[in-house]
Amino acid sequence: MIRRTLTLLALLAAATALAATAAHAAAPRASLSDVEDEVMCITCGTALNISQAPSADRERAFIRRQIAQGRTKAQVKAALVDEYGPNVLATPPDRGFGRAAWLVPLLLALLAATAIALTVGRWRRAGALTRDDPDTEAAADPDEPELDPDDARRLARDMAAYDR
Amino acid sequence: MRWLVIGVAALLVGLLGYGVAQQGKRTGTSSIDAALGQGRDDRAPATSLPRLGETGRARVAAYQGKVVLVNFWASWCKPCTSEMPALQRLQRRMAPRGGTVLGIASRDNSQDAMAFVRRFSVSYPNLRDGSGDVAERWGVFKQPESFLLDRSGRIVAHRIGAVDPSWLRTHVDPLLT
Repeated sequence: MIRRTLTLLALLAAATALAATAAHAAAPRASLSDVEDEVMCITCGTALNISQAPSADRERAFIRRQIAQGRTKAQVKAALVDEYGPNVLATPPDRGFGRAAWLVPLLLALLAATAIALTVGRWRRAGALTRDDPDTEAAADPDEPELDPDDARRLARDMAAYDR
Repeated sequence: MRWLVIGVAALLVGLLGYGVAQQGKRTGTSSIDAALGQGRDDRAPATSLPRLGETGRARVAAYQGKVVLVNFWASWCKPCTSEMPALQRLQRRMAPRGGTVLGIASRDNSQDAMAFVRRFSVSYPNLRDGSGDVAERWGVFKQPESFLLDRSGRIVAHRIGAVDPSWLRTHVDPLLT
């Protein structure tokens, strides 16, 4: 079961990567709106597409000039990094605390997959136990309190009456 | 399962603590003003930057022996435009008396910064800090900001916002004698 779940997750990740690559390849020309939601305003610390700061206007003008020169989106972003440094990119840096932004979702996905696999395994074992045990009610819920002798006798009497 | 949840919670709390500590380190760099306020000796951060419009790099420390007004500016900053004539006049006064203005174009792209330099016929040297990392090390929050260094390279005055002639007379002139 765990192996099947992990295989499914791996296939899902591969499909997502392929879809992202295809989408990237299908966009040969850069546009301002395409770039500005992936870079930061260098003075305000917000995404460029929502910033109204004077420096943000200059960054947009810089991007427009790059696009007018026929640069691709990747080239425009590289030129932005040359001018403003790596912090201009909206994606967190792959170092220091920024690395947590990449690792935490991966870690959480692995933990969630492990938790699902463990829970499903537990359910399956409980199901098998219920099928195998003739006294299914007692086996299904071991935490249920036992009947006191008087109640047990009354229950047996009632069940016998019911069977008649 | 319970240990898994506790482990994840501990991990997230640890990450939060690490993030807060990192932020603390960044704000801790703006200590120059505090040092000046307490009358402590404070030196300019040792950094090397590319020259604006020229090849090669330069360090602020390379100007030791001169009185230096380090001015952080950007072409998109309106107060930077308004203080430019005063800085140009200052440069004309300082140059023959062993001093210089040293501009640092920060959080600006080189094309815009160069256009600004040409527009105002800036005659003093300029360096480029496109990412703003060096400005951050100096504790610069808003541009323009200026730091006055004496001949030994010690920061002796700090101005947030545009410099004006009276501030320049009060702080720079005594060092030029």
